Amino acid sequence: MDLVGLLGFNVVTGVATLVLITLGLGVIYGMMRVINLAHGEFMMLGAYTAVISHQAGVNIWISMLVLPPLLVGVVGLILERTLIRFLYGRIIDTMLATWGVSLGLTGLMATLFGNVVRAVPTPVGGFSIGRFGASLYGLVIVVAAVASLVAMLALLRYTKYGLILRATMQNPNMAAALGVSPPTIYMSAFALGSALAGLAGGVLAPISGVSPGMGAAYIARAFITVLGGGPAIITGTGLASTVFGLINSLVSFETTPIIGDVALLATAIVMIRILPQGITGRFLRRSL
Amino acid sequence: MKAGLIAMVVAGLALMVGLPQVLDLFGIVQMTVFVAMAMFALSQGFLWGFGGIMSFGQAAFFGIGGYAYAVTALNMGDSTVAVMIAVAAPMIFAALLGYFMFYGRISDAYIGVITLTVSVILFELINSTSGSAYHIGSAELGGFNGIPGVPPLNFPGDPSSPLDPEQTWYAAMGTLILVYILLRAILASRFGRVVVAIRENETRAMLLGYDPRLYKLMTFVIAAGIAGMAGCLFTNWGGFISPTVFGLTMSAQVIIYVLVGGLGTLIGPILGAVAIQYLMIEAGSQNVVDPNLGLGVVLVAFVLLVPQGIVPTIRDKLLPLRKSTRRDLQATETAEARQ
Repeated sequence: MDLVGLLGFNVVTGVATLVLITLGLGVIYGMMRVINLAHGEFMMLGAYTAVISHQAGVNIWISMLVLPPLLVGVVGLILERTLIRFLYGRIIDTMLATWGVSLGLTGLMATLFGNVVRAVPTPVGGFSIGRFGASLYGLVIVVAAVASLVAMLALLRYTKYGLILRATMQNPNMAAALGVSPPTIYMSAFALGSALAGLAGGVLAPISGVSPGMGAAYIARAFITVLGGGPAIITGTGLASTVFGLINSLVSFETTPIIGDVALLATAIVMIRILPQGITGRFLRRSL
Repeated sequence: MKAGLIAMVVAGLALMVGLPQVLDLFGIVQMTVFVAMAMFALSQGFLWGFGGIMSFGQAAFFGIGGYAYAVTALNMGDSTVAVMIAVAAPMIFAALLGYFMFYGRISDAYIGVITLTVSVILFELINSTSGSAYHIGSAELGGFNGIPGVPPLNFPGDPSSPLDPEQTWYAAMGTLILVYILLRAILASRFGRVVVAIRENETRAMLLGYDPRLYKLMTFVIAAGIAGMAGCLFTNWGGFISPTVFGLTMSAQVIIYVLVGGLGTLIGPILGAVAIQYLMIEAGSQNVVDPNLGLGVVLVAFVLLVPQGIVPTIRDKLLPLRKSTRRDLQATETAEARQ
């Protein structure tokens, strides 16, 4: 019974982690069809923001949850203006350019801060599930993931900005004819996605070491989940995270986290044969 | 066409024979790794420039080739079969992976992402195999530390006579020339023409009765075999292999070789590989700036400013007007087809 409880907790945390690391990527891909290969490095920047601001004496919660999305959002904004906007519609070129950014950021942070692993203390303690101990931080991740999903859903569904976002996504020309400026919308959507990546980095900083190469540990799972999710940003991310998170956590629990990732990848590769457009490419097509 | 091929082969043979006369042993060993990288670049250049398939994880096949060679050579003590397995193993893996990708008819972007992910996860997987529990036959995989003491190439079928560094150079350069001729032959054949036709316009090729899925899969498998051979040479060069061969930097480097050298040519990737390798070694001797930063800047700059690469840009500048108009026409057609 205790074991089931612990396993359940692990699965929920695993799913929440996937939601967090995928949402920003999903927003950028869903809106602009840009696969941001620098996503992992945006998370890395978020994590560094958390580490450095915490060392500078900022409250741990602020340095984890507030500063990273702000800073990385601004970085995303700058990159979109200086680089990405010239490449919209050229999908391979955007991948190459963002990969260049990814390498560049890794190299830059290694040059500035050295190739060492830093850490942020976990701000909450542990609790026990029967015989087993578990970290309360898992709950923080779950809350952050649910909050981001709900906030994005509310933004897309109930605000004017969300309506304009969805309209631009469906038909940029028609939106432009109605007085919307698609380049501005793309710019803001890219910044929004970057901010979500920064948030993920900040939230995950305490449980993963913070180093220039840390992004590589997350991107594999994040990309697979975005592909698996399909065109609907919120529903797709949620559903794919649940499916892949479940598989990943269960297999990791039985074997090692590495084999868990391998199982995740194998599932995804078989799945693209059956559902090439992702889960929401076939089911729940009208969802957000 | 024929004259160009002969000129290239003659130039290659001249280098193969000439370099050992002018370079010392260290220089020859250095050039051997350049050749391994050039072959790796040919694999990516063929796949991307002619097949129109963008693999962001070609290092996966390079690494599988290297590991397959190391494991087989350690187990058998003879490199003859090991070289064959180093080429065959990545091809089999590519056939499996390619089946799911191409027969799922996923978009180019998804192919990029899946290949990238595969190489990342292979890296993690091999990285986690430290300890004596992980072994294939008598070869321990060694996790992050890799496999040291891989036996060098030997004369086919005769394990008692390993090649010295100079002979390894001849073998490597000779293989590169053979691979180049092979690719030229493929591109001149009916198969190669269909592959290029599919790159230009997949729908039209399909309507003419060709199955793009099968042709893409075969292109992917051929490229994987070449990458495997390159990995085998690379392992030979150092007598050592570690999981970094699967790393993102490896995949990024080979893309940069092709992008800098030139898309849609075979000589471009070779030149790009040698030039970038040379610059990386120069850059590696300073410790101020991380080399990744330089790679990233080069990648971004070329995508934005010289998306065709150096060789095609120069060629288009030098070609007579008649030919370039024809190429422009083709380019417009392609652009229209893509829209």
